Amino acid sequence: MELTGAQILIEMLKSEGVDTIFGYPGGVVLEIYDELSKTDIRHILVRHEQGAVHAADGYARAGGRTGVCLVTSGPGATNTVTGIASAYCDSIPVVVFTGQVPTHLIGNDAFQEVDIVGITRPCTKHNFLVKHTEDLPRIIREAFYIARSGRPGPVLVDLPKDVGSKKIKFEMPGEVKLRSYNPTYNPNIRQLNKVMELVEKAERPMIFAGGGVILSKGSKELTEFARKTQIPVTTSLMGLGAFPGSDPLWLGMIGMHGTFRANMATGACDLMIAVGVRFDDRVTGKTDAFASHAKIVHIDIDPTSIRKNIPVTIPVVGDCRLALENLSRLADEANFGDLQKKRKPWLDQIVDWKSMRPLDYQQDRSGPIKPQYVLEKLYELTKGEAIITTEVGQNQMWTAQYYHFEKPNRFITSGGLGCMGFGLPAAIGAQIACPDQLVVDVAGDGSIQMNIQEMATAVQHNLPVKIVILNNGYLGMVRQWQELFYGRRYSHTCMSCAPDFVKLAQAYGAVGLRATQPSEVVPVLKEGLFSSETVIMDFRVASEEGVYPMVPAGAPITEMLLV
Amino acid sequence: MKEDKHVLSMLVDNEPGVLSRIAGLFSGRGYNIESLCVAETMAPQVSRLTIVTKGNEPIIEQIKKQLNKLINVIKVFEMTGQDYVQLELALIKIYAKPENRAEILRIADIFKCKVVDVGQEYYTVEVTGDEGKLSALLNLLKPIGIKEIARTGIVALFREAK
Ligand SMILES: Cc1ncc(C[n+]2csc(CCOP(=O)(O)OP(=O)(O)O)c2C)c(N)n1
Ligand SMILES: [Mg+2]
Repeated sequence: MELTGAQILIEMLKSEGVDTIFGYPGGVVLEIYDELSKTDIRHILVRHEQGAVHAADGYARAGGRTGVCLVTSGPGATNTVTGIASAYCDSIPVVVFTGQVPTHLIGNDAFQEVDIVGITRPCTKHNFLVKHTEDLPRIIREAFYIARSGRPGPVLVDLPKDVGSKKIKFEMPGEVKLRSYNPTYNPNIRQLNKVMELVEKAERPMIFAGGGVILSKGSKELTEFARKTQIPVTTSLMGLGAFPGSDPLWLGMIGMHGTFRANMATGACDLMIAVGVRFDDRVTGKTDAFASHAKIVHIDIDPTSIRKNIPVTIPVVGDCRLALENLSRLADEANFGDLQKKRKPWLDQIVDWKSMRPLDYQQDRSGPIKPQYVLEKLYELTKGEAIITTEVGQNQMWTAQYYHFEKPNRFITSGGLGCMGFGLPAAIGAQIACPDQLVVDVAGDGSIQMNIQEMATAVQHNLPVKIVILNNGYLGMVRQWQELFYGRRYSHTCMSCAPDFVKLAQAYGAVGLRATQPSEVVPVLKEGLFSSETVIMDFRVASEEGVYPMVPAGAPITEMLLV
Repeated sequence: MKEDKHVLSMLVDNEPGVLSRIAGLFSGRGYNIESLCVAETMAPQVSRLTIVTKGNEPIIEQIKKQLNKLINVIKVFEMTGQDYVQLELALIKIYAKPENRAEILRIADIFKCKVVDVGQEYYTVEVTGDEGKLSALLNLLKPIGIKEIARTGIVALFREAK
C-alpha cells in the first residue's frame, strides 16, 4: 500500500488506539490536518499549544492512557515546551507531534524553524527527528512504547513537511524491541524478602507512597498491603488518591504543607517503605533530618530515583504494583504476633498527633469566606468523587489538604514543575477522557489567567468543566512567603487589576457565578456543580489566609509553622 | 566524601544527537567531564564513548544510572577499579631553540615519541601513553617551552584474562 507520511501518521495513530488528539494547525502540518479531516479521530482545537499538552496530560491521567498532541513548527512547537516539562516532571505519558520545516531547509534559519528536538532534549523522556518517511512507522511505534512503558514520560516526534508528503510503500511495523531500553518490571524477590524481615521487626513503620503507585495502577495492592500489616500511609502530592482518604490508617500528605501527624510520624518512624516516590525537596525538607531514625526501603521502577537524594537501606527496582502485590503475599506468611497489640502504641501516638494539631481554620459567619471552607463544602457536595485538577499555589495546597481522595486518578495537578495555568486545560483533557464524571478545576485568580483562553475550547466542545476560583486578589503563595520571610513586603504579588470573572465566563458563552459571603458558598457550589454547562465560580475569599502547616524551605519537616 | 577520577566507557547508538544528549546530561546535572572521546566501533551503528569524570561514590553511581537511562545508551562500563588498558594521544608543539633541540630529541626518544613536524622554531612531537606517562613528559618539556598541545582524551578497553 502506497501512503504519504501524513497518511502513515494517521494509520499509526489508529493502530496505537488513539481516538483523540489535542492540537493547533499551522503551515507545515497542513497535510496532516488535511488527512485528519478524513478520519474519525477526534481533534480538540485548543487556543494555545501549551493548553494542548496540559490537556493531553490531564487526559492521560484521568483516563489512564497516552495523551497525544499535534502542533506546527516554530512557535507552535516552542509553545508546547512548558507543557512537556510539566508532563516530564510528573512522568505522564504524552506523545507530541511537532511539524518541522522541510528537511532541505533544516539548519537554514528557515521561516518558523526551531530546533525543537534540541530544545526539548532535557525535558522529554526521548525525542525524535524523522528524516526519512521510511523511518516514520517504526519511530511512531517506538514513541508510544517509550512514552507509556517503564517510568512513563513525554516523547516528542518532529516531522519535517516533506517527510509528511512523500509517498512510500507502507507496512505496519511489528512490536518494538529496543536493545538499549528494557525497564525492569519484576522486583527482585530476595530484596522483597529482606523488606518483609524489616516489616516484621518494625515497631513504628510507615508507608510513603507517590505518583508511581498511581502510574503503575497499584492503589488496590497498596491498600491491601497497608491494611494487612496495619501500617499507616502518607503520600506525596502526586500520590494523593493512591490510598483512601477516609481510611483510619491515612496520615494525610507529607512534606512542606503536609499534615502534622504525617510529618511527625516521618520523624519518629523506625521503618519507611517508600513506593513510587523520588524524595523531592518539597517532601524531605532538610534531607539529613528526614526519617533519620528509620531504615528506608525504596521501591521504584526508575533506578535513578533510588539513592539520588536519600540513602536507602533496601533498594528495590521494579514496578510498584508488582512489588506491592508480592509484599502483600509475603505478609500473609509473615509472623507479626498479635498485630493489633503490636501496632497499638504507634497508632495511638498518631491519633494523638492528629487531635493535637488537626488541619484547622476558622470560618466566621460574617465573613470573609475562607478558602478552606469552600474546599470542605466542595468535598462534601461531591462526596470526594469528583476529578479535581488544580492550578498552582495556595489553591493547590488547600485542595491537597481539604479534599479527601478515595480513589486514584482523581487528583490531577502539576506537581513537579508547579506550573500555573495547568488546571483548566488539564480539566478539559480529563473531561474528555471521562465524559460522565464531574471535573472541577480549583484555581487561583492568578493562575487561571495563564490559560484562561481555554474557556473557549471548553465551550466549543460542550465540556461542562467547573472552575472554582479561590479569588484572594493575590499571588497568594508567593505573598505568603513574603509575609513570613520578607517582612510582609508584598512586592508585586497583589493582583489589584483582574477581570470580572463572572462577565468573563459569560463572554466565553459559559456560566459565571459569584460568592462573596460565607452563606453564598453552598448555593453557588450547588448551582455551579450541578449545571450541565461550563461554569466559572468566583469565590471572593479572605485575601491574606495562609496555608498551614508549613515547613520553611530546607528545614526539617518536623519543624512546622502552625496556625 | 572523596572525589575520584572515574573512567566510564559506553556503547551508544551511532546517531545524530546522541553526543548532545550525553553532554547535556552532564552539564544539566552539574557533573563534570574531564575528557570525552568518541568514535565508531566495528559495528557502524554503534559508537564507543569514553568519558573521564570526577565525583564521589554516590555521584558516580547517579552518573552511571542516568547514562543507562538514556534511550540511546546501550551499555555503560565502569573501568575504574577493574583491569583495563588506557591510552591517550597528544600532539605537543615545543619551542625549539637551537640549544634545546638535542635535549628535545633525547626526551622524545626516551618516551618513544615521534617527531611529526619540524619547523624553523618549533618541533611537534606525538606521544601516546597513559596519564602518568603524558604528565611526566609534559613536566620535562614545560621548562623548554610548550607552545600548544592537543590531546585526544583517554580511550580504554578491559584486559582479557591471560
Ligand atoms: C508559570 C509560573 N509562574 C510563576 C510561578 C510562581 N508561583 C507559584 S504560586 C504563585 C501564585 C499563584 O497565585 P494564584 O494563582 O492566585 O494562587 P493562590 O496562591 O493565590 O491560591 C506563583 C506566582 C509558578 N508556579 N508558575
Ligand atoms: Mg490568588
